Amino acid sequence: MGEQSVTLTARLRLTRPNFRLDLDLEVAPGEVVALLGPNGAGKTTALRLLAGLTRLTEGHITLDGQPLHDLAAEKRPIGMVFQDYLLFPHLSALDNVAFGLRCHGTAKAESRRQAAAWLARVGLEDHAGVRPRQLSGGQAQRVALARALVIRPRLLLLDEPLAALDAHTRLEIRSQLRRHLADFDGATVLVTHDPLDAMVLADRLVVIEHGTIVQEGTPTEVARRPRTDYVARLVGLNLYRGTATDRQIKVDDILFTVTERLEGPAFLAFAPSAVALYRTRPDGSPRNLWQATIDGIERHGDNIRIHLSGPIPAAADITPAAVTALDLTPGQNVWASVKATETHAYPA
Amino acid sequence: MNDTDRSPVAGRLPWVLVLPAAIGLVFLVLPLVGLLVRAPWSTLWERLTEPQVLEALRLSLVTATLATVICMVLGVPLAWCLARLAFPGRRVVRALVTVPLVLPPVVGGVALLLALGRRGLVGQWLDSTFGITLPFTTAGVVVAEAFVAMPFLVISVEGALRAADLRFEEAAATLGATRWVVFRRVTLPLIAPGIVAGAVLCWARALGEFGATITFAGNFPGQTQTMPLAVYLALETEPEAAIVLSLVLLAVSVIILASLRDRWVNSP
Repeated sequence: MGEQSVTLTARLRLTRPNFRLDLDLEVAPGEVVALLGPNGAGKTTALRLLAGLTRLTEGHITLDGQPLHDLAAEKRPIGMVFQDYLLFPHLSALDNVAFGLRCHGTAKAESRRQAAAWLARVGLEDHAGVRPRQLSGGQAQRVALARALVIRPRLLLLDEPLAALDAHTRLEIRSQLRRHLADFDGATVLVTHDPLDAMVLADRLVVIEHGTIVQEGTPTEVARRPRTDYVARLVGLNLYRGTATDRQIKVDDILFTVTERLEGPAFLAFAPSAVALYRTRPDGSPRNLWQATIDGIERHGDNIRIHLSGPIPAAADITPAAVTALDLTPGQNVWASVKATETHAYPA
Repeated sequence: MNDTDRSPVAGRLPWVLVLPAAIGLVFLVLPLVGLLVRAPWSTLWERLTEPQVLEALRLSLVTATLATVICMVLGVPLAWCLARLAFPGRRVVRALVTVPLVLPPVVGGVALLLALGRRGLVGQWLDSTFGITLPFTTAGVVVAEAFVAMPFLVISVEGALRAADLRFEEAAATLGATRWVVFRRVTLPLIAPGIVAGAVLCWARALGEFGATITFAGNFPGQTQTMPLAVYLALETEPEAAIVLSLVLLAVSVIILASLRDRWVNSP
């Protein structure tokens, strides 16, 4: 295995007429960082800057203590897997994988030998002579991965590596990709808009919106403590920003009781399944109660998701039986509540 | 709903359109019919194998092929520069490249004489330094044909380059390929069909070249007398020979058209 000092530090700045990208990235050796964000957030642009396919307006890229930003793409020790793989249509799978080795001056026979070994490693030794158009999506993805890894890059860049696959293949390829990434000792930067891909493949998530980082952390941290509506939607939580005083958070005009002790600006998150709905104001005095209007009702897995508007927008997941029992219809007014023990509060 | 399902707008055929269309078609086809009807079929083989016919045919094939090779060696890089490099005056360069396309070939021949003739701009230097004279030689035929035919190749290849997916070139760059390697191992194979189409058009144009050739290279049997020149000359003395030679050129055209039909005729 290679040296352990590989570390990527990058300050990526790009200014275009109607787009600005500004993000700082650090990736440890062997670490997989996922850039997660909505379409147009600048994820792919960040990857292209790292690859040298787009020129930085300012900033720097340092890999292993060596500045990369002044090098042309072909001089950078990188490997890249593109969203639609971009396997060369006129070359066989084997020659696609051998391409990079040939470019780096390896002799033809040796290139083919190493390429064949990598094809075997991704389970495609039987497809060496096949042209890309005869490969299935999953096979093409594996050839693309082998092509990028065979040149022993120090930085691996993956642009939506699973986006072009159907659901079934995706599952299988995702776990294979995870295995290959675990074996790779360089830095990996992965771009995706799929939270599941990011959670499974990455050690750390960097969430980008409008060209800047809005949140970063381990998948668990990000999933537990979303900091923007986009992240909250991705991980399926209701998220609010309010002001905390001791064990209470005021969101709009509703006072939520929580279990954490906080002061000042705070986030409040809870799962849609934690929300209970009532036709009439429930007896007793349940806390965390507010009046809402049903905006929409849709199927969500085995349950029904109710979209609520009112003082705060919220999603509630209840069973189909409960929907029938409560006779819920869009436009109706209901009472919603959530138990303090099912909320999660953290400083904003 | 596709085109075959779509019922035409009801009503009579618009004769204002159909009539000129029919006349136009007849106008294009009639001369070819004339050629076929008046061809001396019984003596065709003897006439085809006459030494001067074979000589003209051989000269035409050799010069057109050499001209095409020159056009490819110079024209493909030219097309690449036009398609891939952003440089000031690119539009002017592209316009200059297409000039021979619209220039009357005779004018091209005169221009070549002034540039490459024994007293020409570059020609007198070629003559004094290397002892090379182009006008009225077989090499001159090749030069004249290449001059007239090159734009066909450049335009075709540039179009193919513009249509090619640039991201394959980017993928090659991330694998460590320099621009030359990218061109040789990725771009060139990807645009090969465009190059072939351009080369065939270029060759066909070179084969039919008349004006520039007769002006710059003259009309010496065995040396500069290509098929079109032989047709023109034979028409005065031996019309049947002219018809036979024309038939050969027509056959070549039809073969070229057939080989390119997917690319040019059926494309929208």
